[in-house]
Amino acid sequence: MNKIARSVRLWFAPQRIREEGDTPDYRFSLANERTFLAWIRTALALIGGGFAVDQFLPELVWGVRAGLALGLLAAGVLCALRAVNHWVRCERAMRRGEDLPVSRFPALLGLVVAVVAVAMVVVVLFGWEGV
Amino acid sequence: MTAVTDRDPGLQPERTRLAWRRTTLTATVVALLAGRQALHSGATPAALVGVALSALAWLGFLLVAHRRVSVLGVARPVPFAPRAALAAALCTVALAVFAAAMLF
Repeated sequence: MNKIARSVRLWFAPQRIREEGDTPDYRFSLANERTFLAWIRTALALIGGGFAVDQFLPELVWGVRAGLALGLLAAGVLCALRAVNHWVRCERAMRRGEDLPVSRFPALLGLVVAVVAVAMVVVVLFGWEGV
Repeated sequence: MTAVTDRDPGLQPERTRLAWRRTTLTATVVALLAGRQALHSGATPAALVGVALSALAWLGFLLVAHRRVSVLGVARPVPFAPRAALAAALCTVALAVFAAAMLF
């Protein structure tokens, strides 16, 4: 818990990152920034998917539609917040010369997307009668 | 020719700038979907507020991207600021929150 609080404090106090360790090669920082942007794009795609479920599957029962959309939106929010956290942690690790942080988030997100995709297939194939 | 040799042969700043462009385009698509969603049930006052808030989130993202891209033009750009990262993420989260609010 203490570790999370420290990370969140770093989000809002950028100068603290610069106090630690040495500035890494700017190319590594840029690579970290691109990874962050890729995660933000993933988050935006999930959020766009949430909008799309709600707008382009109007024949679905409201509950199923809202459930699928909310699942995708929640995944998008998690993904965006986690992108900032991971970026800060990578930046700090590079400054201290430590190993980059490992994470099970990609695996979890992959599972969630797979589950939503299967649910969507099932719903689209069998859900039309539930109007 | 010194300017050419100063440049990173891996074109890292350019690649990062293009990554920002891609991300801005994605944000634009999502913001357009948000506007479409808000106006789905006619131009009611609530819908117009939804459109305005989505446009605001999109403009916020655009501003962060623009400021970063204009700094990335040099051969050795300064590092990305955590505050900008947080701002970009919060604009993304805002779009998701509006989407959730518009479901009901």
